[in-house]
Amino acid sequence: MSASALEARGLVRRFGGLVATDDVSFSVSPGARQALIGPNGAGKTTLINLLTGVLKPTGGAVLLEGRDVTAMSASKRVQLGLARTFQINQLFPDLSPAESLGLAISEREGRGWDFWRPAGKAEIVAEIEELLARFGLESVYDQPTRALPYGKQRLLEIALALACRPRVLLLDEPAAGVPEEERHDILAALAALPADVAILLIEHDMDLVFSFATRISVLVSGRLLCEGTPAEIAADERVRTVYLGEDAHG
Amino acid sequence: MSADAIRAHLRRRDRWRLIEIAFWLALLVVILAVPSRAALINEALVAGLFALSLDLVLGLTGVVSLGQAAFFGVGAYTAAVVANAGYDDPILGLVAAIVPAALVGFATAPLLLRGADLTRLMVTMGVALMLGELANKAAWLTGGADGLNFTVAPLFGRFSIGSIGEGPRNAALFSLVVLFVLFIVARRLARSPFGLSLTAVRENRLRAGALGVSTSRRIIAVYTIAAAFAGVAGALLAETTQIVSLDLFDFHRSADVMLMLIIGGAGYLYGGVIGAGVFIVIRDVVSAATPEYWEFWIGAMLVVLVLVGRERLAALVRIRR
Repeated sequence: MSASALEARGLVRRFGGLVATDDVSFSVSPGARQALIGPNGAGKTTLINLLTGVLKPTGGAVLLEGRDVTAMSASKRVQLGLARTFQINQLFPDLSPAESLGLAISEREGRGWDFWRPAGKAEIVAEIEELLARFGLESVYDQPTRALPYGKQRLLEIALALACRPRVLLLDEPAAGVPEEERHDILAALAALPADVAILLIEHDMDLVFSFATRISVLVSGRLLCEGTPAEIAADERVRTVYLGEDAHG
Repeated sequence: MSADAIRAHLRRRDRWRLIEIAFWLALLVVILAVPSRAALINEALVAGLFALSLDLVLGLTGVVSLGQAAFFGVGAYTAAVVANAGYDDPILGLVAAIVPAALVGFATAPLLLRGADLTRLMVTMGVALMLGELANKAAWLTGGADGLNFTVAPLFGRFSIGSIGEGPRNAALFSLVVLFVLFIVARRLARSPFGLSLTAVRENRLRAGALGVSTSRRIIAVYTIAAAFAGVAGALLAETTQIVSLDLFDFHRSADVMLMLIIGGAGYLYGGVIGAGVFIVIRDVVSAATPEYWEFWIGAMLVVLVLVGRERLAALVRIRR
């Protein structure tokens, strides 16, 4: 049996007396389209930070393609193939999309310590071009990121993560705050993500979750409540009570 | 949009612009045209190199430091000690200053990784204070409170950089060449993938880490390089004045160099050199009129610059971008 792309084993994280992540175990298969849902305060953000290495767990382990990465830094995990996007844009305001993507690619290629040769190697430029085209950022490639429309910034969020050529991609509410008319671009970008990349989508928007994911995990009060196909989750009484029942369009 | 357009965009700051070339030629002309003020010009050039070192850390990477004088002092004393040991070639002295300054930078850089800006200001300031006191205590090496007098050999065996005759002018030319060479290094560094990652650390450290940039190591690396630059600046001042004293480690040096950088504008490399020139000239002009109050005008200028914003005040020198 092949290893999971990403696996959490008994993850625990305490903040003083508060248990934000309480013995969470789950796995994401290679190429999966999986979603993680849960009401506000369920501990989704903490869990992402544990998986990506921003936080160290109080207990338990994180495995990336079968390899224990619990002790590794966030940047090391990225180099091993675990990339993420952020719920609130985390971009480089003064850099252009082309520069930002160039940075991500040259880091992936291990050129980040090259302090002498100028940027703009031919292969990197070709890849920047391809990513810009794929995410519809051609028209703004040389604009400072801070001047980009919000929807374009959201796309750049995803493009940057993909520039890391991840094996596993964590998408933290990719459509958060995107106005209705720009939403389509985000959904199209998500649908076009490479099939061999395992994706864990953290999302509030139930329409998006049910249209995208083939497997859903539900997190409540730091614990994994249940896991299953969209149909099973939709039919689950407990989920309805804690989550879907509260949702306006649930 | 084409590959060529992207490439040109990525390299838009690589080519030397006319205004940049004019800037360096102007410095050369000033030295040759006003040899009587060569000592003052030399001081400004050294300060410019010192400010350039801070720009790598503060302007490029966004890490504040109020202890840059630590490396300045270490470099200056290294040049003096090496010269007194009989190795009195000025260029050798500068090269020798790189190693200890960089080592001190490398050893103290990890202290910058935690905490907020205020923490970093205090930590870097503390390191400079400690080194100053160490230099004071190690009188057998540094001369303690008396400092060290020393002489360096003429440059290439021909050009004296001492205080008499052609010395000051030669010293200023020497400083200009050193500044220019290190400026080219800084310029290439800033436009390289490494420099881009430093910009990323400044702009968004969280995201830089999420793209695989080992942010801590990059900060340590640039701080070490900046320390080496500051060490060379210190050695240059020592060699061209042929005296070192504990005042080189003083807090006011670290504060002045930050002032210079803020006056000239951080982040585009020329700011330090321009700010140093403005600072030294103002000090010279105002202190001739009111010796005790020249800092009043520097202070007033700082307040105006920070509150009104340099962008609006001076769109005249637009080397940036």
